[in-house]
Amino acid sequence: MTRLDCLRAIYPALHGRAVVTIMGAVAAELQSIGHRPNFFYLQHAMGLASSMGLGIALAKPKLPVVVFDGDGSVLMNLGGLTTLARYRPRHLTHVVFDNESLLSVGGFPTATSTGTDLAAMAAAAGVPRTSTVRTVDSFVEAFRDAERSEDLSTIVAKVDAVGPSGYVTDLALIENRFQFQRQLGHM
Amino acid sequence: MSRVSTVNSRVVYDALTSAGVRLISALPETWLVHLLRLAEDDPEMTLVRLAKEEEGVGISAGAHLAGMKSAMLMQNHGFLASINGIVSCAQLYRIPLLMLISDRGSFGEPDPWQTEGGAVTEDLLRTLRIPYRSLDDATLVRHRIHEAQTLAYSSNKPVALLLSRDLMVESDGAPR
Repeated sequence: MTRLDCLRAIYPALHGRAVVTIMGAVAAELQSIGHRPNFFYLQHAMGLASSMGLGIALAKPKLPVVVFDGDGSVLMNLGGLTTLARYRPRHLTHVVFDNESLLSVGGFPTATSTGTDLAAMAAAAGVPRTSTVRTVDSFVEAFRDAERSEDLSTIVAKVDAVGPSGYVTDLALIENRFQFQRQLGHM
Repeated sequence: MSRVSTVNSRVVYDALTSAGVRLISALPETWLVHLLRLAEDDPEMTLVRLAKEEEGVGISAGAHLAGMKSAMLMQNHGFLASINGIVSCAQLYRIPLLMLISDRGSFGEPDPWQTEGGAVTEDLLRTLRIPYRSLDDATLVRHRIHEAQTLAYSSNKPVALLLSRDLMVESDGAPR
């Protein structure tokens, strides 16, 4: 399963949600499908995408929030899982694309390649709903279940370590930031 | 013996709420104990207890983009632990951050483990080009917090206020 296939499969369901992604392949691939003003790409600050999602959810508790995270980023902010679980935003879906590597910097293997289980870590941190999926169909099902559940969910999607040929897009970081803020004001 | 000033903690807290702050992220530290209790007891305030201070940068950034004013309460070492987030989230994306930093490790510091962080805090703020002032006079706290927030929002950048020993700690004559 590829991350791009997963993103394509749920792309229509991202309408009306605040979407925060990590840097690199996730940001570039989501933009390749089609940028929308409710998408924010955190093109650095590894680990803080889930914290940003929590901040949005705390400010707008009824707004559905989707965070597209990665194994490398989650490993940089494992404590953030405990904070996320502690405040348990009911409409936040935390997707972790786990390709077991730091793909955008040369594919160095992360600890998930040697057995670290991020869904188990999220569960142990207190995230009430967690799953690990390996097919696009099961990913779509887990995503739908998460949104229907009205509770915090972490979905770890095991994906191939493949990505786009480049990561820089024609959307300036600052343009994205102000457009997203304006859009959240209408949501 | 010395103790943290409940009166001045209240002055700082009231200044934050009057500035429209509705979310505070924090990690406990001795000087912040009363401030955190006030936040915890205030039904109008969302208090986010962090595992590590850098998370607070992301939470404040998300809250800001979603229209909520926030503040970060931390010790010098929390500021040190937050620097990557400050640079690669708040500064890169022009996010206003209101940071209140317990300025431990300055003159009068009795705890040996606080002495290095205090020695580098102001130099790091200058290096990061983060505007800062000290809160050392209770009568100016409200004014300074409002001014700091005004600059944070007009510049879309982080600003810092240093909570000083003179403000936060009461003394009976012994080192405080």
